[in-house]
Amino acid sequence: MIETHALGKRYGDLVAVDGISFKVEPGQVLGFLGPNGAGKSTTMKMIAGFLAPTSGSAKVCGFDVETQPIEAKRVVGYLPEGAPSYGEMSVRQFLGFIADVRNIPGNMRSKRFDDAVGRLNLEGVLEQPIETLSKGFKRRVGLAQAILHDPKVLILDEPTDGLDPNQKHEVRTLINAMARDKTIIVSTHVLEEVHAVCSRAIIIAKGRVLADATPAELEARSRYYQAVSLTAADTKAAKEALSRVADVAAIEVDAQDGRITAFPKPGKQIFIAVNQVLQERNIVVRELALEGGRLDEVFRTITQGRAQEAQA
Amino acid sequence: MSAITTVCKRELRSYFATPVAYVFIVIFLVLSSAFTFYLGNFYERGQADLLPFFSFLPWLYLFLVPAVSMRLWSEERKSGTIELLLTLPITMWQAVMGKFLAAWAFIGIALALTFPLWITVNYLGDPDNGVIFASYLGAWLMSGAFLAIGSCISAATRNQVVAFILTVVACFVLVMAGFPLVLDAFRSWAPQALVDAIASLSFLTHFASISKGVIDLRDLLYFVLMIGFWLYASAIVIDLKKAD
Ligand SMILES: Nc1ncnc2c1ncn2[C@@H]1O[C@H](COP(=O)(O)OP(=O)(O)O)[C@@H](O)[C@H]1O
Ligand SMILES: [Mg+2]
Repeated sequence: MIETHALGKRYGDLVAVDGISFKVEPGQVLGFLGPNGAGKSTTMKMIAGFLAPTSGSAKVCGFDVETQPIEAKRVVGYLPEGAPSYGEMSVRQFLGFIADVRNIPGNMRSKRFDDAVGRLNLEGVLEQPIETLSKGFKRRVGLAQAILHDPKVLILDEPTDGLDPNQKHEVRTLINAMARDKTIIVSTHVLEEVHAVCSRAIIIAKGRVLADATPAELEARSRYYQAVSLTAADTKAAKEALSRVADVAAIEVDAQDGRITAFPKPGKQIFIAVNQVLQERNIVVRELALEGGRLDEVFRTITQGRAQEAQA
Repeated sequence: MSAITTVCKRELRSYFATPVAYVFIVIFLVLSSAFTFYLGNFYERGQADLLPFFSFLPWLYLFLVPAVSMRLWSEERKSGTIELLLTLPITMWQAVMGKFLAAWAFIGIALALTFPLWITVNYLGDPDNGVIFASYLGAWLMSGAFLAIGSCISAATRNQVVAFILTVVACFVLVMAGFPLVLDAFRSWAPQALVDAIASLSFLTHFASISKGVIDLRDLLYFVLMIGFWLYASAIVIDLKKAD
């Protein structure tokens, strides 16, 4: 379990994290979203015990990161941003070092080692110096290091940054596989990731929490949520027909491909009504789709709305 | 295994992962023998002792020890591994101590490899081996003090070259503290008590008395306290600077 209370960090005059409070339970994967410089890494560094908070407090599994740092660090697996590791060591030596420092008992050692190496597919590079590995493999070594002691709490700072689509998929699968009994925080600015791995998302910008909800709830805040898109042979007629539907709030036509999107009034559903009116008027449609919410649009609205407010 | 040993082992192993460590040792051995035999008139003196070796050693250390200490913390900060190291379940003190002991052991290995000199004087004459042993001990203690200063300075910067230069300067001042060069700078304005205090900080004064074979507890204590103080300062500096 991870719990923060009004957690804050200043660097000189700059307030990087401004009173963040949340609680994550075992089994939850919390996605930490926010534009660059939002304070995601700083928050994670404080929870992992690297930086001391300048205000507020953080606890992992009941241990306060400031007053019981060793106990807290024991239950945490942490992947720092950029996955730093000792380049001159081989993967085997490096993981051996981590196992030593973490005091993994002799009988568990090879089991934990094999498990981490297996999950991250590191078998082929065990004897290779880390500095000679590709970026993707370096990231995997960082992840192996973080899960080696089977921690209750995992803090992963941009675990998929700079990976190719296949590698991203692997890392997400890994996180999902470990999610059941662990408490996990993942930071990212890749929004598709949120759907793939997170059970909950916190959007932060300028060090403050702007939204705290499930990915589905966030999507429901989108303008596109429950909107209907279609392409018709006769765009003009189709648009005219859609404007007759009572619950349609707005209609937009894409200038490039002529795709029409009808937005519902808040809380209304228009798919069936749209269908009916199209049939009544015998309008030929090539494609008709019910839209889900668009997370990137919600993200932009939330984070930029706040930025504009701040400027005003 | 204790955390200090684990950190120390990893660090020491990393020295030998590249040729740099071997090059360092070779340079150290070549220079120390060159000083001893040519500048120190080893043969011409006609005395069976290692005095020429030990009197040049502080000056050799002045440049070689900062070359070892400069990467201690700068490297960790530059590569970001400091974040990994300090989020493992170890205390700051264990990390500082582990890394320091590795560097100290490394210097110790280089120093121990000068043993042919010791054998040579025993072959040529009949030296006082107790004095030589005391001198080795004193030299190693002194290198520890150099290293601890270097550890603190290396914690303050990511730039190894800057760390090297600042460490050389700091160590130079401490080595020279008992000499007129440094003392005169203070004598004109500082009270005599301060001048005496500075003079008593001199590495050379303490090293010289140990290498005469007089193992005075105060001299040992001086180096031990010096090491302790600078390592403590290292921990504080790391804490202050680790964020940037
Ligand atoms: N060591 C530091 N010193 C000063 N400012 C910093 C430092 N680290 C981060 N910052 C600033 O704090 C803010 C938050 O940074 P960070 O937590 O890294 O954001 P994120 O991970 O969300 O991109 C940024 O404005 C960044 O420039
Ligand atoms: Mg970041």
